[in-house]
Amino acid sequence: MCIRDLLIIWSCIFFLVPMAGADAAPASEIETLRAEIAAVRQEYESRIRELENRVTAAEQKSRSGPAATAPPQAAVESASASASANVFNPAMAAIFQGQVWGYGHDPEDYRIPGFPLAGEAGPVDRGLALGETELDINANVDDKFTAWLTAPIVVEDGEAGIEVEEAWVETTALPAGFAARFGRFFSGIGYQNNRHAHAWDFLDQPLAYQAFLAVQYLDDGVQLRWLAPTDLFLEFGGEVLRGGRYPAGGSEDHGFGTRAFYVHSGGDLGDSSSWLAGLSWLHAEAGDRESGDEDAPLQFNGDTDLAIAQLVWKWSPHGNWRDENLIVQGEYLWRNEDGSYTLPGGATSAYDTEQTGWYVQAVYQPFPRWRVGARFDALSATDPGPAFAGTELATAGSDPKRYTLMLDWSNSEFSRLRVQYTYDDAGLTGDSQWGLQYIHSIGAHGAHAF
Amino acid sequence: MHRIFLCLVCWMFSLAARADLNVFACEPEWAALVNEIGGGHVDVYSATTALQDPHYIQARPSLIAKIRSAGLVVCSGAQLEIGWLPALLSKGNNGAVQPGTPGFLEVSKLVRRLEIPASVDRAQGDMHPEGNPHVQTNPHNIGLIAPVLAARMAQLDPANAAAYKDALTDFTRRWDEAVAGWDARGTPLKGKRIIPHHKSWAYLEDWLGLQELGNLEPLPGVPPTAAHLSDLLARFGEGGADFIVRTSFQDEKASLWLSERSGIPALVLPLSPGGTEHATDLFRMFDDILDRLLGAKS
Repeated sequence: MCIRDLLIIWSCIFFLVPMAGADAAPASEIETLRAEIAAVRQEYESRIRELENRVTAAEQKSRSGPAATAPPQAAVESASASASANVFNPAMAAIFQGQVWGYGHDPEDYRIPGFPLAGEAGPVDRGLALGETELDINANVDDKFTAWLTAPIVVEDGEAGIEVEEAWVETTALPAGFAARFGRFFSGIGYQNNRHAHAWDFLDQPLAYQAFLAVQYLDDGVQLRWLAPTDLFLEFGGEVLRGGRYPAGGSEDHGFGTRAFYVHSGGDLGDSSSWLAGLSWLHAEAGDRESGDEDAPLQFNGDTDLAIAQLVWKWSPHGNWRDENLIVQGEYLWRNEDGSYTLPGGATSAYDTEQTGWYVQAVYQPFPRWRVGARFDALSATDPGPAFAGTELATAGSDPKRYTLMLDWSNSEFSRLRVQYTYDDAGLTGDSQWGLQYIHSIGAHGAHAF
Repeated sequence: MHRIFLCLVCWMFSLAARADLNVFACEPEWAALVNEIGGGHVDVYSATTALQDPHYIQARPSLIAKIRSAGLVVCSGAQLEIGWLPALLSKGNNGAVQPGTPGFLEVSKLVRRLEIPASVDRAQGDMHPEGNPHVQTNPHNIGLIAPVLAARMAQLDPANAAAYKDALTDFTRRWDEAVAGWDARGTPLKGKRIIPHHKSWAYLEDWLGLQELGNLEPLPGVPPTAAHLSDLLARFGEGGADFIVRTSFQDEKASLWLSERSGIPALVLPLSPGGTEHATDLFRMFDDILDRLLGAKS
């Protein structure tokens, strides 16, 4: 095999080198060269055939012999390597997302009493809109590190720009089940926090993620994970983060403002069911953290503590995910914010409030391509007191909640069309919201996390 | 408090498998081959069963835990497991089984791969740029893979190297004998025309000289459609083919529909050990494949 491959490569070089200069040669010379090439090709083809026959014969012989033969691995693997410089190009993918969204009430006026929203949280734009267009690039750096980049291309006020969403490096060869990640990444807390938008089962995040984490907590820092050497999946993770983004802010504590810990555990129940559970805790320090009305924001200074309990259960007949499957998941989030709010007027009042949020959702795929899902999500809070009466921090009489239905169709793993209906009872007035969404990806095939 | 913590840690470590070599096989055929060579010295776990389509499983937490403790990962490769294995390897925190290390073996690289596409485009369905990954359906390929696997096992577990070598010698003798028998039994099947559900049988066709007329899937990985089945019926309806073939995990509806209308026998063949009642190991898998093909011979 090895000889044959060398011959092929060698004969390619032999043919290509003279051809490269053929432009300048007169026509008759080209004819002569062609004839020569044809003759050489014929000769080599017959020799390659002969060698192939000999290799086959040798293989047959070696199989019948008792001793293990040298692996043909080296020969075969060398055939797939090419000499071009771009063989080290990383795996790349582009993800296209967009939607059309309709509201009964103007989403510009949307707010949830008691839960001033920050960052990307809140309703998506009304009407036709391009969502996040995302470039994913990843590859092994060397034998000890791998790197990942998610770079959304965003258009804001008519100006297109490229952002760095995630950019991290991770170890691949630490001993004893450890792994470390550093750079900018979605924190490993909860289940929904580190899932990219194109992998969500609904168009938007549950209310609790919107209110407590400004959709998803993304920050700069380091993460250390340890996987226990047990048959039961048991993973411990710890993070120290800069604290530059909601629910942190101001990069307090000299740029070490956030700490997070989590433990995940999971396993199978027979060959059709599997589960993943987890507990997470996040402590963040906030300095002049803004939320609420963008033009007249509230500012929070203090500590925020967040705990999350999660449970995900997935089912498919004998584990054949593509034929039929069911995902049931739920999370419960508890948060305490202790500090002070500066109101738009300039007054500062002490604030110490406990808030909770939770959701439960189920997505069922009865047969290939089609899925249907339902979600219920809600928030609850103690009122922060009379100092905040009439502000965005005052809670309403009833708890904010939403009811959502979803139907999607995926022609392949790379394309998805979705329709979603939400009855929103979280904003100032009850509102019916509906929309269509598309998610398409091209390029490298990313493996999906559980 | 400290004592409780220590007990917990001890308990967790005691749960870890204690064989000389822990092997994570992506498919049951490689688990079976590891068992033939490793016997009692190895603890082998198969990520998929013969009733699962190895293209499409979830990167489950239980599989991440198994990767964590593995000393050797053996997979078909050629992108068969691309939807889940990379996620397991990145979450499993085990540097000893990453691609490129001795602890990772992609067996399709050890044989002559078929159906390597000249160009790849997702409009053509689920493409495997490195060729067809279902290499286990030609018993000669198993014979080529066994010595490399045994050498790898000996490298990773030198204490049992002699045992692996002896087991390989014994396996190779029995396998070559069986292959000679299957070669002879398969001769009458040469030239038979088959319509498989998916391109799962390229290596079987190459070995037995079967002729593949088309697939029940309109494109690789795309479920059969009524229009495509009608087209197959129009083309091969009146005895235009000898067998319609599916595996135990592929939906029976399409092959039964075509079989009923065309009179072409529809067969279930084991793609892995465990794929049929009789295919309990690698030897019986090929016995059963030939029994079923010869039994249905028209």
